[in-house]
Amino acid sequence: MSATMSLKDDATPSTGPLLSVEDLRVTFQRHGEKPFTAVDGVSFDVHPGQTVGLVGESGCGKSVTSLALMGLLPKRGNRVEGRATYEGTDLLSLSDKEMRDRRGRDIAMIFQDPLSSLNPVVSIGIQVTEVMERHQGMSRKDAMPRARDLLERVGIPDPNARLKNYPHQLSGGMRQRALIAMALACEPRLLIADEPTTALDVTIQAQILALLKELVQDTGTALIMITHDLGVVAGLCDEVNVLYAGRIVERGDRHRLFARPRHPYTHGLLSSIPRLDSPRGEKLTPITGSVSDNLPWTSACAFAPRCSHALDVCRQESPPWEWESDGRGLRCFNPVDPEEVRRG
Amino acid sequence: MTSYGDRRRERIDDLAAAASVDETPGVSLIASAWRRLRRDPIFLVGLAITVAFIILAVISPWIAPHDPASAPLLDKVRPQTNPVPGPEPGFPLGGDDRGRDLLSRLLVGSRQTLVVGVFATIFGLLGGMALGILAGSFGGAVDSIVMRIVDVMLSVPSLLLAFTIAALAARPGQTTLIIAIAIIQVPIFARLLRGSMLGQRASDHVLAARALGVKRRAIVFRHMLPNSMGPVIVQATLVLAIAIIDAAALSFLGLGSPDDRQPEWGQMLGRSQEFIYDHPHLAVYPALCIIVVALGFTLMGESMREALDPKTRR
Amino acid sequence: MVRFIVRRILQMAGVLVALSMLLFVWLKALPGGPVSAILGERATPARREALEAALGLDQPVYVQYIRFVQRALRGDFGASTAVIPGEDAFQVFLIRLPATIELAICAMVLAVALGIPLGYLAARRKGSPLDSSLVVFSLIGVAVPVFFTAFLLKYFVAVEWNLLPVSGKQDASLDATRVTGLLILDGLLTREWDAAWDAVRHLILPAVALATIPFAIIFRITRASVLDTMDADFVRTAEAKGLEAKVIRSRHVLRNAMLPVVTVIGLSLGGLLAGAILTETVFSYPGIGDAIYQSQRDKDYAVLTVLILAAAAIFVIINLLVDIAYAVLDPRIRTR
Repeated sequence: MSATMSLKDDATPSTGPLLSVEDLRVTFQRHGEKPFTAVDGVSFDVHPGQTVGLVGESGCGKSVTSLALMGLLPKRGNRVEGRATYEGTDLLSLSDKEMRDRRGRDIAMIFQDPLSSLNPVVSIGIQVTEVMERHQGMSRKDAMPRARDLLERVGIPDPNARLKNYPHQLSGGMRQRALIAMALACEPRLLIADEPTTALDVTIQAQILALLKELVQDTGTALIMITHDLGVVAGLCDEVNVLYAGRIVERGDRHRLFARPRHPYTHGLLSSIPRLDSPRGEKLTPITGSVSDNLPWTSACAFAPRCSHALDVCRQESPPWEWESDGRGLRCFNPVDPEEVRRG
Repeated sequence: MTSYGDRRRERIDDLAAAASVDETPGVSLIASAWRRLRRDPIFLVGLAITVAFIILAVISPWIAPHDPASAPLLDKVRPQTNPVPGPEPGFPLGGDDRGRDLLSRLLVGSRQTLVVGVFATIFGLLGGMALGILAGSFGGAVDSIVMRIVDVMLSVPSLLLAFTIAALAARPGQTTLIIAIAIIQVPIFARLLRGSMLGQRASDHVLAARALGVKRRAIVFRHMLPNSMGPVIVQATLVLAIAIIDAAALSFLGLGSPDDRQPEWGQMLGRSQEFIYDHPHLAVYPALCIIVVALGFTLMGESMREALDPKTRR
Repeated sequence: MVRFIVRRILQMAGVLVALSMLLFVWLKALPGGPVSAILGERATPARREALEAALGLDQPVYVQYIRFVQRALRGDFGASTAVIPGEDAFQVFLIRLPATIELAICAMVLAVALGIPLGYLAARRKGSPLDSSLVVFSLIGVAVPVFFTAFLLKYFVAVEWNLLPVSGKQDASLDATRVTGLLILDGLLTREWDAAWDAVRHLILPAVALATIPFAIIFRITRASVLDTMDADFVRTAEAKGLEAKVIRSRHVLRNAMLPVVTVIGLSLGGLLAGAILTETVFSYPGIGDAIYQSQRDKDYAVLTVLILAAAAIFVIINLLVDIAYAVLDPRIRTR
């Protein structure tokens, strides 16, 4: 797309991971309340150009993970431990100022609700150009044509007029496209999308996902896709991490994970969505119970009370993380038998 | 969008929204707010002041050392040389310009102040409730007409309206004062109740009751009204403080009761002006009483508003 | 934008019509009414009827109202009986207006100049001792009746310590030249520095007393609004863009947080008009508020009617201006 992009590519040969998250742990401590561990030892890698999904119910720690990586958690009331190595630098140990220099330039983020995520009293043009002014030392005058091109690139019709518009004058889908344009303004090598389609209509959702997919392919940007929607994951991600109560319970290549889920939770998620190709009369099986039934990970499997496969050991010991032969990881004492899935 | 009336409207509507938070029947809403308030020092200070004030108002005739209407110090009053008798044994704060015991008048004055505040609030609430129920439970044209009237009332500065009403009344007096202050509260309560009722009209428990064939009146009084009580209590607490301050202001401007056998703080303050430079304590004592009581209601009301506010609640 | 202003003006007219009706009905329907007020309760029936006819009170109500409105539109409300005896009531209003304008502007400038920065500071340091003490101070500000603040200031600063004048708006012995009627401005225009300074000295105490009401309101809304905005999603977006803290504060937080503050300045003007009655009375400051008090006390109904209608009209006009300012700040309204 431009000179800066290719420079970056030369500087880091694409051998190792772009981002390596190791044992990330986020604990919230409110005054006078018990500490709450929202993210409990999460590790995963993102390779250049790769799309990695973080999937789970609300409250499983997926959004907290992304905010922790961006250094956007509130300054007080929480503790972040572990490492997040981005091109050799641990993001979590950076100072406020250093992290500020990287946000928007190296790592950018797209949020869930495009209306509230845009400043209502500042024009779209300025909201796009301010990133370039900040990180690339451009004047607003020079940045405006670039902003125009960006809006065009993300599929916003009549970009010249849109630059002068305010967020309320755009439709929901257009707003999300504008947010994507802002995130891409400095050609970051890593993009984090936190439920980017949840607040949109179904038809718009598909358009935005198609756009993201296309942009990722064209620019070579790596993407961390955070979602509760397995449909989003299926169309977009190379690798999928399933989170439950702050821990990754299953990881695998998208195709294998969907074809043969091993963790009962993943299996439950998959069989609770209706499928067009399933035989008539087949029942949907929802996951029973709710997150409030969870056991602590330290002495059990958190999912055990809701699990159809739970054994006695599940309530007494914490299941360890194990790698399977086909390169996927699993945290379960009694995984679902692949044959059982096939039988339906 | 944004005029004075609109801003006041927004504030009221925010509070009204507290009643229609889903699946939170009024009682448990209040219970959850109470759990948070119990540990809130600002609320507790306000509550302590309020309770002390109410107890004082009830028992004051028995603990007052003298009859507030009698004039035991009358022979000490010298209009030219010593218009206001100073403290002496048995009269720790001295007397007023008519030789009555100041302490007793302050103590008993709490009663009339409470009466003015409470009645102005109750009348305002009843008026507002009538309009609000009318608008909120019928909707449509009734709603539009009632709310236009309410909005016009809200867009006039309230003390100016109260002053106008009291000033134009032929006979100044405590009743006029109470009515004037009650009238300026009517639109506030009307909007509050209407907002919380309209919010509930669409809520599941009201729809369910309607689907079951429960009569409209029963739905309004048994289901909708109880749920609106939380916000109404908060607003009433704040309105009480404003009513007491406004009553004092109107009394100060000479619109209070001309009959001073029954002491009232606002009226004592108003009457003290004549002697304000030589004997400022006549003004300071009732003013301090008003400030402390108004502060009590305000602290309590504001902390309750915050506890009930759906925005601050997680 | 034009439609917005037109709609506002229509709304304004509605408020004034409603208020004029209210005033008219009250003047008519209250026991006694103006006739008793002027003649006293025990006037002879013959004298009452004569006065009623003179005032047009024997006509049908709607005729009376139309005549009332017609005269009001010409500024003809009759002559003052007490405030400035014999002077046209509308003239009384014009004579008294500049002093109140001066007072209200000074009070509002004070309240804004203190309320917004302190509110912002309190929000930035939420929960700190500074924040808590400012919040409690502002709540006390709400609970202290403005006339008591005025009295305390007058008693200590003017009477006991003799630092500033006790009452009035300018020392008559200065014999200052009048240009606009705004005394400080006049003093500056005519280079009568001592006159301007004397007017300032007279204005300080009433302005400070009057400023306490809008200060408390502006402080609290600024604090709440900044707190709200700091939590807003778009501020998180700005953080995610790596913008400098300075840019985030000015462009993203403050610009949005100021919207409700602008509104509330309009709201405070309502309190100012009512507060001016109390403050001007305490300081015998010859403005509209003092005239409202006097006309009420002395049953000068012509002046009272003019002043109440005028106060409401001024208030509504200021609100229109505030709305326009708001529309300029908020594109969601401007571009509709």
